[in-house]
Amino acid sequence: MGFGHRTEGGYAVVELRGDVDLARSPEARALILQFLEQRSDLLVDLSEVAYIDSSGVASLVEGYQVAKKEGLKFGLIGVSEAALSVLRLARLDQVFPIHSDLDARIADDG
Amino acid sequence: MVTPDAQESDIAGRAEAVVEVQDLVAHYGRHKVLDGVNLSVEAGEIHIIMGGSGSGKSTLLRHLLGLRRVSSGRIRLLGQELEGIHRQALQELRKQIGVSFQGGALLSSMTVGENVTLPLREHTRLDESTMAIMARMKLEVVNLGGFEHFMPSQLSGGMTKRAALARAIVMDPKLLFFDEPSAGLDPVVSAELDELILRLREAMHMSIVVVTHELESAFRIADRITVLDSGRILISDTVEKVKSSPNPRVQDLLNRRPRVEELDADAYLARLTGE
Repeated sequence: MGFGHRTEGGYAVVELRGDVDLARSPEARALILQFLEQRSDLLVDLSEVAYIDSSGVASLVEGYQVAKKEGLKFGLIGVSEAALSVLRLARLDQVFPIHSDLDARIADDG
Repeated sequence: MVTPDAQESDIAGRAEAVVEVQDLVAHYGRHKVLDGVNLSVEAGEIHIIMGGSGSGKSTLLRHLLGLRRVSSGRIRLLGQELEGIHRQALQELRKQIGVSFQGGALLSSMTVGENVTLPLREHTRLDESTMAIMARMKLEVVNLGGFEHFMPSQLSGGMTKRAALARAIVMDPKLLFFDEPSAGLDPVVSAELDELILRLREAMHMSIVVVTHELESAFRIADRITVLDSGRILISDTVEKVKSSPNPRVQDLLNRRPRVEELDADAYLARLTGE
């Protein structure tokens, strides 16, 4: 299942799907960094992620760090319970801006 | 109590066993150290292997890790038969298995961060920044955030164990072996490690095999406990079943009563005189 992307509500939305593991996290990282290089505010949609491992989470961490340096907005949406438990393990649930969906993020942006 | 026969049929009936041992026999010279061991560990389970010194638990662990060849019996890890496994298949299998050795086994010439990153360098082609973040994340998980530039010699015993655990889990293994996590640690640090093992299972759905002789720790974290004694399995069951086992030797171990063997005067004399 390939990763996708769309533009909505002023954000580039990277849609990760299926397993984001050692084999596929480089692709996720490249996609995230590509949009940040284009200076897009970015949300990563995890709603169709079945499994994300530490390499996938590391790609999200790197993306967030780059976005902060570049003054771009970044966040996660549609985070499943399985993904959330991996984020919680490293206390990253307290680091990333996490919203249920794009509308919730936009509402929070004010 | 699970008899060897019952265990075998149990093993056959379990599709999701991540560790399957059948009729494992091992010798050191002429001395039999494992005598027909049958063991099954289910996916997502925390399984404790316990027993006193000389019970055979370390030998069993060495076999499970592929550090000793199976001379008699069978071992399957994550569905793969260890005997006769091809080198490439073994490599693939090892990517899915983490091991935290008793002494830590950190390389003294490398920093803690380099030690933790080592399996990623060996088994993946991930970007340098991804590997660094993964290593730091795992150090955070074991409460060693900010220690990546320390040398192993600068760590306390408990910190060394946690660093070794960070290295063991850096690849998000499906199966984690943890050898004597509590040995030599004070009760608070030991309880912290127990808590960490429980969190890893919950968050990563790891199957975890812990070899220990620490009863308190075993009872705190185990789903099931296998008790080894003189190379044989006395019982392999839930904590409650183990606690209430009628087997006197199990109760001796649980109540820390030393084994009292009847003295064979002739054999004793022969041992003393070397005959």
